[in-house]
Amino acid sequence: MVQAQHLRKTYGPTRVLDDVSLTLVAGEGVTLLGPNGTGKTTLLRILATLQRPTSGSLSIGGVDAVKVPEAVRGAVDMVGHGSWVYEDLTAIENLRFWTTLGGHDAARARLKGALESVELDTVADQRARTFSAGMKRRLALARVLLGRARLLLLDEPFTGLDRAGRKWLAEFLLAFKAQGGAVIVATHSFDAGAGVADRVSILAGGRIVLDRPAASLALDDLRRLYDELAAGPVIAS
Amino acid sequence: MRRAWIVVWKDVLSERRSKETLNALVFFALLLLFVFQFALGPDRARVEAALPGLLWIAFVLAGLLAFGRTFLVERENDCWEGLVLAPGDRSAIYLGKLAGNMLLMAMVEAALLILFALFFSLDFTAALPALALVLVLGTFGLAAVGTLFGALTAQLRARELLFPVLLLPAVVPVLLGAVTATQTVLAGQPLASASSWVTLLAAADVVYLVVGLLTFEFVLEG
Repeated sequence: MVQAQHLRKTYGPTRVLDDVSLTLVAGEGVTLLGPNGTGKTTLLRILATLQRPTSGSLSIGGVDAVKVPEAVRGAVDMVGHGSWVYEDLTAIENLRFWTTLGGHDAARARLKGALESVELDTVADQRARTFSAGMKRRLALARVLLGRARLLLLDEPFTGLDRAGRKWLAEFLLAFKAQGGAVIVATHSFDAGAGVADRVSILAGGRIVLDRPAASLALDDLRRLYDELAAGPVIAS
Repeated sequence: MRRAWIVVWKDVLSERRSKETLNALVFFALLLLFVFQFALGPDRARVEAALPGLLWIAFVLAGLLAFGRTFLVERENDCWEGLVLAPGDRSAIYLGKLAGNMLLMAMVEAALLILFALFFSLDFTAALPALALVLVLGTFGLAAVGTLFGALTAQLRARELLFPVLLLPAVVPVLLGAVTATQTVLAGQPLASASSWVTLLAAADVVYLVVGLLTFEFVLEG
């Protein structure tokens, strides 16, 4: 599904990503952990074809996503820090807009069905301006359901969610994977992130410094490794 | 066309609910008319001589406000990313935004014409059909460039400065054609007597539209 080889991204003299390689098969989930400023968002934006890498190759579904990004865009969706929600439109109007723009069926019953799936059907005709951050994220996921994305990229999706919201999101991602979708979650949240992952990768200093099956790592081991590899040693004062 | 239509629908619905741009434009138009009336005084001959220029100054200034905001709404909640990632032809987004701007400008221009008629005791009724054609052609040219430059500058920090600096020189052919054709029409002459200016207007519209359609994809990608 995804094959990224030796991705590098620089902004002037600053190297944000340095020789990042990542493979992902259909139905697989990767949780990308790393401190702030280590390039998680940049990596997701490159995988989403929102940015071009300075060097390296990226193939999504067998198509060269660097040379012909437009050919893979229907297969990739992203839920980033912004949720692509228009505040003055209602939930269902937001879905109608993105679904029609994406060239998909925007019949009201289908849109309502997607809102039911994310438990927003009771507020379908309310303006998004009145929604909480968690509700906007659910609305973004309803948009994902209505598209044909096979690769879902999420940037800090658990931030601002309460316990029930985290549980709901984890279940959503597991269901997405079960239908053959691939998921990459960039997060700070160890427990929530590891819960949806088949593999855990740690990104530090623009490099992937750890990439292991999630089942082989207990949460405490993961925390210890993260402290060693990403955060660096704690210097006692 | 379906994709262009949904962009128009979204923008019109958002504007109808927020009324942010329309309210600002109508208030701005009122202010402008007060300034014009104060500057020109009660001399009717002076007003009539300056009218075509005044009308288009008002339209261009209103356009500067309206077109500059066209893509700013897409920055909220990173909707811009969604437009970039939407599969399919991007020119539909450009056409949708252009149509939305035309609708907005049509409302502002109608309001301005009514206000001009009231403030300066003018009667546009006889010239209205020909004037409407000139307004459509002129506004299309303004909106075609304005929509493109609105997208080009929306992601820039100095957009408020760059947008008028880019737009105003680019619309000079449109302004020349529009002001002269408006002058002809308001003087009671047939539009055919300004046919070369109308042709210039139409040609500029076609050029701006084609440039917009061809370059919008690259502008959107940034």
